[in-house]
Amino acid sequence: MTGLDIRGLALTISGRRILDGVDVEVPSGQVTGLAGESGSGKTMTGLAVIGLQPAGAKVTGTVAYDDGETVVPDLLALRPGAMNRLRGRRIAMVFQDPTASLQPMLSIGTQLTDHMRHHLGLSRAAARARAIGLLERVRVPSPEAALKKYPHQFSGGQLQRIAIAIAIACDPKVLIADEPTTALDVTVQAGVLRLLRELTDDLGLAVLLVTHDLGVMSAVADTVAVMRNGVVVEHGSRYQVIREPRTAYARELVESLPHTPPPGVGEGDA
Amino acid sequence: MTARLSIEQATVTYRQAGRGLLTAVDAVDLEVGAGEVVGLVGESGCGKSTLARAVCGLEPLASGRILLEGEPVGRLGLRSRDPRLRRIQMVFQNPYASLNPRRRVGSQIEDGRRVAAGTALSVTELLESVGLDAAAAAKYPHEFSGGQRQRVAIARAMATGPDLLIGDEPIASLDASLQARVAALMRTVALEHGASLLFISHDLAVVRVIADRIAVMQSGRIVEQGPAEQVWSAPQHPYTRRLLAAIPIADGLGRLPTV
Repeated sequence: MTGLDIRGLALTISGRRILDGVDVEVPSGQVTGLAGESGSGKTMTGLAVIGLQPAGAKVTGTVAYDDGETVVPDLLALRPGAMNRLRGRRIAMVFQDPTASLQPMLSIGTQLTDHMRHHLGLSRAAARARAIGLLERVRVPSPEAALKKYPHQFSGGQLQRIAIAIAIACDPKVLIADEPTTALDVTVQAGVLRLLRELTDDLGLAVLLVTHDLGVMSAVADTVAVMRNGVVVEHGSRYQVIREPRTAYARELVESLPHTPPPGVGEGDA
Repeated sequence: MTARLSIEQATVTYRQAGRGLLTAVDAVDLEVGAGEVVGLVGESGCGKSTLARAVCGLEPLASGRILLEGEPVGRLGLRSRDPRLRRIQMVFQNPYASLNPRRRVGSQIEDGRRVAAGTALSVTELLESVGLDAAAAAKYPHEFSGGQRQRVAIARAMATGPDLLIGDEPIASLDASLQARVAALMRTVALEHGASLLFISHDLAVVRVIADRIAVMQSGRIVEQGPAEQVWSAPQHPYTRRLLAAIPIADGLGRLPTV
């Protein structure tokens, strides 16, 4: 299997166990959803994989990475320098709030070309050309003009598309998306979800999608893992987990949804 | 019977340097009855927050009027606010910005209680009603999590014993899995204390769960309003249908929402 294989991932911060042995597979070409309440450890799982856990956290377990060319038996055992060569290059991340994840003082052009020049060794002109292609790919209008603009000049939906463009700039094989559409309006969210699915299919990305929203899960995830108190309590196909949950907790989570039944069909249960 | 809050043909305009006039709220009619929860939904930029600010007197009206129990809401200026209008209270989007970071939350809630002279609940009771314990009163805003901070902001607003509580995207800055819970809490707390609630959000799915009536706003106009279940299950306006179609449904079928 190519993609990520997370085994027994545990994380402790000052004596408190945040993750307690997370096992999850994130295969290429698929969206693997990570669901759960706030505090269940789903965001921390995403961060620990890419080495962004808070300072002082102790991480154990293994995260195997395999993209067909590069094979790393355990990302957690890598030296910082080796991890830096993978992070942003082979493994990229998209965060919840693009107004916070993008640097307000740097132009979109700078933020979109900086890591390409570093990781891929591109010239300024080549990186710029590639950046324009990327913005077209994520459908940001007038890409050339966009490169000169700053984050505050874009709407939230456009910014998240730019953040996705930055993430896929160096042809990553793994994408970790932490609540990528939570800060967006529903109509904008629909567009970003379609984009995410399309990129997964076209680029063969292994996507780890962290979200509390089972509606979002149901739309784009191939499999869904439900987390609680730092462990995965259930992992199966999206249909099985959402329609026929096996564990009591997953059932509770599905039933707590404000989203069911589907709108516009009149099965209201108020 | 007059409604608790009636907004009649309210229009708010902004003058934009060099680009003429922007009509943010365009002849809006909306009523909120006693003990009623009205949800106001729309995308960012549709004018829903401007309308909320106008109801508080924070935005001058270009035309139309806003009445609380039949009395007009004037513009808030430098002078002390008309005591009758203190019965409108607001919960803002970001509690970290709306609470004073350098004062204990107990004393900030105490400020609100002074308005309600005599009839106010104690700080402990207020904190309990939003699910916090009495010890919270001695803490500063930064010592709470986002959800707890918004609960403090709700307790502060309720301390004045308001007739109308307005939530302007009160759940948008919260951790996603807390949003529905805090929204439901606002409904419970407002109704228990006899206040009406005008709940503004872009999230139709959450609004539908807590509101009695829903009004849908687009480009400064209310395009549709009606009982929550009716708007949800039998939307009349194409814009409402578009908003609903964009909500991803947890049916496990992998259907992408339409754009």
